[in-house]
Amino acid sequence: MLQGKELIAWRAAQELEDGDVVNLGIGLPTLLPNYLPAGIEITLQSESGFLGMGPLIGEPLRNLFSAGGTPCGIVPGGCYLDGAMTFAIMRGGHVDLTVLGSLQVDQERNLASWMVPGKLVPGMGGAMDLVVGARKVIVTMEHLTKEGEPRILKRCTMPLTAAAKVGAIVTELAFFRFIDGVLTLMETAPGISVQQIRAKTEADFAVSPDCHEMRVPVAAAVQ
Amino acid sequence: MSVPNKRITPQELRSHFHDGMTIVFGGFMGLGTPDGILQELLDTGTKDLTIIGDDTGTPGRGVGPLVVNHRVKKAIVGHIGTNPETGRQMLAGEIEIELSPLGTLAERIRCGGAGLGGVLTPTGVGTIVEKGKTKLTFDGVEYLVERALRAELGIVKAYRADESGNLVYQRTARNYNPMVAMAADFVIAEVDEVVPTGELDPECIITPGILVDAIVLAKEFKNVAR
Repeated sequence: MLQGKELIAWRAAQELEDGDVVNLGIGLPTLLPNYLPAGIEITLQSESGFLGMGPLIGEPLRNLFSAGGTPCGIVPGGCYLDGAMTFAIMRGGHVDLTVLGSLQVDQERNLASWMVPGKLVPGMGGAMDLVVGARKVIVTMEHLTKEGEPRILKRCTMPLTAAAKVGAIVTELAFFRFIDGVLTLMETAPGISVQQIRAKTEADFAVSPDCHEMRVPVAAAVQ
Repeated sequence: MSVPNKRITPQELRSHFHDGMTIVFGGFMGLGTPDGILQELLDTGTKDLTIIGDDTGTPGRGVGPLVVNHRVKKAIVGHIGTNPETGRQMLAGEIEIELSPLGTLAERIRCGGAGLGGVLTPTGVGTIVEKGKTKLTFDGVEYLVERALRAELGIVKAYRADESGNLVYQRTARNYNPMVAMAADFVIAEVDEVVPTGELDPECIITPGILVDAIVLAKEFKNVAR
């Protein structure tokens, strides 16, 4: 049975549709291509400046890197872009879906993912443009902080990445969707109750009449 | 009319540096950054620089060593997380950092080279990025006014040039270089190879030679870690 990060990546991957142009954030979201549903083909955009990112096969090609700075591949039909075109593709609504991590999300669909005041100021990089422009934004994150505090809040306390842009949240405990602007619990992780989720979530949320346990395949195929 | 040959040597490069200048540079986390030109800036001791580009590199890569050696007075970038020394200097008040979302930064540089005063973008609306900026609303959508950026010196890294300065890039090393080549009073391209004018396919040239003032061959730089 899938658990933790693998469960989150698998559930987020089920949101992908055939033909989607997708931009994946660094870290956990990069696991998504391992769990693509059968028959779904997507085009991955990389902030490093190309469309058609694929796995590294054979020797690394000179000057071909992912947004995380690691060598990767380009699939047939891919193409390279300059920096203005890279972000025009994001901001201009040409990316169907982005999946990215966050520090906090709130019930107003805001996310805070780029700085911890007084501690960490790495810079927002391309995250603000991506979240503003992508047609769908899915946040993948652990349900609680390392200190055991909720990350899904009534109101984000950290500086926002973008206002009112989140469409869905996947954690190791739950899958939420915003329906008509209302945070709604759609699915629970195997063995987790709605009460347990409520106890670990500060935000107000509705429970979908169709709310059910995630239908996790016994052994999700890792491609 | 004779076709110009814009080749210069690393030695000749030095006359284009001076303390207190503003430099816009190409590259994405040190990839597609002109390492030889940056090494030359370091070796000449040029200081009090304002630099404009994607990020501040790592302590040993890209523009990172300029930051580590306290040559940078101000950086306008989208990301400083890969160079802890930038963060340390920022908190200690030793460097001024202006963070700009990268898509906004790309457009600000593009505007600087395109004769535009700035750009209207929805990026940053409702965040701390909007602080102090003019907001305009068209058709119900809020936009921030983000001003154009230009520099005295633009430094780019390309794969191949012809002698008149037309440039072709390689893979993800293209990144911001085409914007940078438009947004400075003097533009120097560091390239892996130079071919005679006429040998590059005009369909494939990314940066037109008229934008490039000088070309320097990467392999002519000594002591450059790659």
